[in-house]
Amino acid sequence: MKDPDNDKSPVLRILFYLLVAVILVFNLFPFVYALLSSFRPSNDLFSTDLWPKALGLDHYQAVFKDARFVGSLINSVIVAGSTVLISLALGSLCAYALGRLPFRFKAPVLYLVLTMTMFPQISVLSGLFVMLKNLGLFNTRQGLVVTYLIFTMPFTIWVMTQYFRSLPKELEEAAYVDGASPLTVFWQILLPLTMPGLISTGLLAFIAAWNEFLFALTFTVTDTMKTVPVVISQFSGTSAFEQPWGSIMAASMVVTIPLIILVMIFQYRIVAGLTAGAVKG
Amino acid sequence: MAWYLILPAVFVVFLVIGFPLCQVIVYSFMKIKLDGVTPPSFVGIDNYLFIFSDSDFWHAVWVTLIFSFFSVTIEGILGLTVALVANSKFKGRTLLRVAVLIPWAIPTVVSSQIWRWMFNDIYGVVNIILANLHIIPHKLAWLSTPATALPVIIAVDVWKTTPFMSLLLLAGLQLIPGDLYEAASIDGASGIRKFFAITLPLVTPTLLVALIFRTLDALRVFDIFYIMVGGQGNMATVATYNQQQLIQFLDAGVGSATSLTILIFIMIFVVIYTRFSKTSFE
Amino acid sequence: MRSQSHSLRRNALRWFGSLVVASLITPTVFGATIRFAGDSDVGEGGRWTRAAAEEWAQKTGNKVEYISRPNDASATLQLFQQYWAAKSSDVDIFMVDVIWQGILAPHAVDLKKYYKEDEIKTFFPTIIKNNTVGGKLVSIPWFTDAGLLYYRTDLLEKYGYKEPPKTWEELTEMAKKIQDGERKAGKPDFQGFVFQGKASESVTCNAIEWIYSYGGGTIVEPDKKVTINNPKAIKALETAKSWVGTISPLGVTTYGEEDARNIWQAGNAAFMRNWPYAYALGQDPKSVISGKFDISVLPKGGTDGKNAACLGGWQLMISAYSKVPDAAADLVKYLTSPEEQKKHSIALSQLPTLPALYSDPDVLAKAPFFKNILPVLENAVARPSTVTGADYNQLSTSFFQNVNKVLSGGATAPEAVVAVEKVAKRIVR
Repeated sequence: MKDPDNDKSPVLRILFYLLVAVILVFNLFPFVYALLSSFRPSNDLFSTDLWPKALGLDHYQAVFKDARFVGSLINSVIVAGSTVLISLALGSLCAYALGRLPFRFKAPVLYLVLTMTMFPQISVLSGLFVMLKNLGLFNTRQGLVVTYLIFTMPFTIWVMTQYFRSLPKELEEAAYVDGASPLTVFWQILLPLTMPGLISTGLLAFIAAWNEFLFALTFTVTDTMKTVPVVISQFSGTSAFEQPWGSIMAASMVVTIPLIILVMIFQYRIVAGLTAGAVKG
Repeated sequence: MAWYLILPAVFVVFLVIGFPLCQVIVYSFMKIKLDGVTPPSFVGIDNYLFIFSDSDFWHAVWVTLIFSFFSVTIEGILGLTVALVANSKFKGRTLLRVAVLIPWAIPTVVSSQIWRWMFNDIYGVVNIILANLHIIPHKLAWLSTPATALPVIIAVDVWKTTPFMSLLLLAGLQLIPGDLYEAASIDGASGIRKFFAITLPLVTPTLLVALIFRTLDALRVFDIFYIMVGGQGNMATVATYNQQQLIQFLDAGVGSATSLTILIFIMIFVVIYTRFSKTSFE
Repeated sequence: MRSQSHSLRRNALRWFGSLVVASLITPTVFGATIRFAGDSDVGEGGRWTRAAAEEWAQKTGNKVEYISRPNDASATLQLFQQYWAAKSSDVDIFMVDVIWQGILAPHAVDLKKYYKEDEIKTFFPTIIKNNTVGGKLVSIPWFTDAGLLYYRTDLLEKYGYKEPPKTWEELTEMAKKIQDGERKAGKPDFQGFVFQGKASESVTCNAIEWIYSYGGGTIVEPDKKVTINNPKAIKALETAKSWVGTISPLGVTTYGEEDARNIWQAGNAAFMRNWPYAYALGQDPKSVISGKFDISVLPKGGTDGKNAACLGGWQLMISAYSKVPDAAADLVKYLTSPEEQKKHSIALSQLPTLPALYSDPDVLAKAPFFKNILPVLENAVARPSTVTGADYNQLSTSFFQNVNKVLSGGATAPEAVVAVEKVAKRIVR
């Protein structure tokens, strides 16, 4: 790992921090802009002045007054959470086999799994609509989770396969010598070491499912089943032409905060990894 | 034994994608309009011939390829840079790691609109700042012509998707044993030498997986184009072309043929990738 | 004795008979659950609608499940099409756009079954004509919309103009003078005229207004004749092109309704073309332009042109796959009745679809500008969606892409109309 604090050259250190600053500004500027806008009163949103004339909480009040917004947050948590758990569970088992166990047809299986993600979402829309109705999964959270597996599973399997493959062979050899079964090896030795991979794919899958719009819109009907992106798309004013920007910005901020908290909690686990000492000795 | 582990995942694949895939394949050889009036009929490869002779389709392919090439390349380089920075020990590391994920965390429909707003020619922040700093002579209508719109869209996509790359690469960097660096330091290797001799080769497998999935997504890009420049004939991508056929023109036959064509294009790319990088799955 | 038992039996029969008859009718208008897909009730419009539907439910002993649609019209159509294609009975009543009639016709119940001739006559004839496909009345108008010219009364006065412009030529002159003056006075971002030039249905509406106002027709006439390729249409498009970069910003080719309104409502435009919804928003006391503007009909194309206003608005349709069409029809009739439309209009300033309401004193008290709108609505121009049926989107796409190209300089007006003519001819063949 690079350790610039030990670098002798102060010039390099300054450049490094400059780079950090650029990265921060580039990533955060639109977010800060949106955050500021969410506090800006509606009639001031589109003036050509950079700084708001006043700040207020009306948009947030408007958003939280709606009980369904809170309900949709819960739906999103359930749907995204289930999607991630199923993908990680099935995906890592599959990836373990593809990455560590000997058998033929590894490449075909990987390609087959990849085909799931090669379709534009719109092409499978009507097919999935009909299928969900026939299976009785239409307008249910489970149905939505099933459709989300289309984009989370292939990705999880590929990344975790790569992860498992790159772990050193010595780890298992010792355990096999001791008479452990492949599943024990998986569960007790290899899986913990793949924590960074699990967390990364889990986070990315969660965010993808959390923000997914098209399937959520098409496959749910009643308010009790809707997820957050769908509810945000329904924000309107008196007329259908109006787009209440202030409320949309406020809602988006509220929606992004849980994700930020998740990232803050889990980002430590990403860099724990092999330096935890498993390989030494 | 291995098959028991694989089967659940493969079963899910078939369950979810099986029926829609069959429907797409069958419809692509038929004349099917969703107007509730035209009777469906078998037309062989007519739909495919229609697409291949449609200049709009080829233009969309061109736009998609340009977009994919530039955005994936830039995201790869930037993603690796950010991952390396995030991997280092320094004050404010947590803030950086959280900050770099934020663009990916904001819903696409919202962030595309924010950017569209930011690039507005009258009240857009970008124009206000750039014009006041005299970097540009006067405010520009960025999204009105492809020459300026396409770079803007690529920039927005880079902003939004670099987190994806950097998070995967950060995890990939964790796979590199620390003692390799220690040994190299003892041997007197410089930072740059360590990067090219240790980091780059060992992070390449992860980089490749990340690139494959990024390319798949880039070739199917829809939301960003639809929201920022939707409708402009010369800014269509294969996915917006597909949506237009399928939904707006109610032509499920041509729409399905387009989908299948896109699928085959993408498959070709994946095969090229894996051959080129000599990835073996054993 | 015999007559008594006879009459008893007759009464019993009568009583039994009416019970049978009652049991045959009432299940369909009593105790039914109607699923109604309308404007999102996160917004005021939807909230009002939902409340009105629930009032009906209470009065009639039925249940209503309200389903909010996404704000974006295309996303809504895409969603509804999934239901129609799957012949799903999940939704009974759909709120539909005025241009979807051709697409939804096969999936709609003929409302002539539920509305009598003279009831139908109370609605705007143009809209009823638009909503009649192959002799079938596929949806009933609920509230309507038409393109209007918004103008700044204070600026007109400041620069010495007594009335809003009557022709596009006058508008161009007035807009230039006001724009130059305001920019000199310290408002570098001031625009003369903002409208919708975005390559989407938005510019289709604007362009139809330009072309019709010069006497150039409506692309395809109701009798299926393709008329787009004519010198007046070309002149209209060239006039519009001349505004881009002079009195309208270069970015106008990407503007939808809200983009134009944002600039107008911030006080940075002298004229705007937009739908009536912007009126109430602009008059809000917190708005910078409150009390400083008014509306009028859009200008003519030259002194021998016509006034044009693109017809918009939303209708109510009953799904052909609904299991409770009679109850649904009852709710639809309730919502489109004069009493409910009057309440709708007073609460939200929505334009009713019954001409009689425009002289109602309570309605006018709430929205005085309605007085000027009636003639506009009666002469509103419908887009050729009904005559092109399910292929309307193809025509509109070709039209808006070509018009957008003309505006941004990518094609000349003659080239554009020829391209549109080709597509139109293929469709109506």
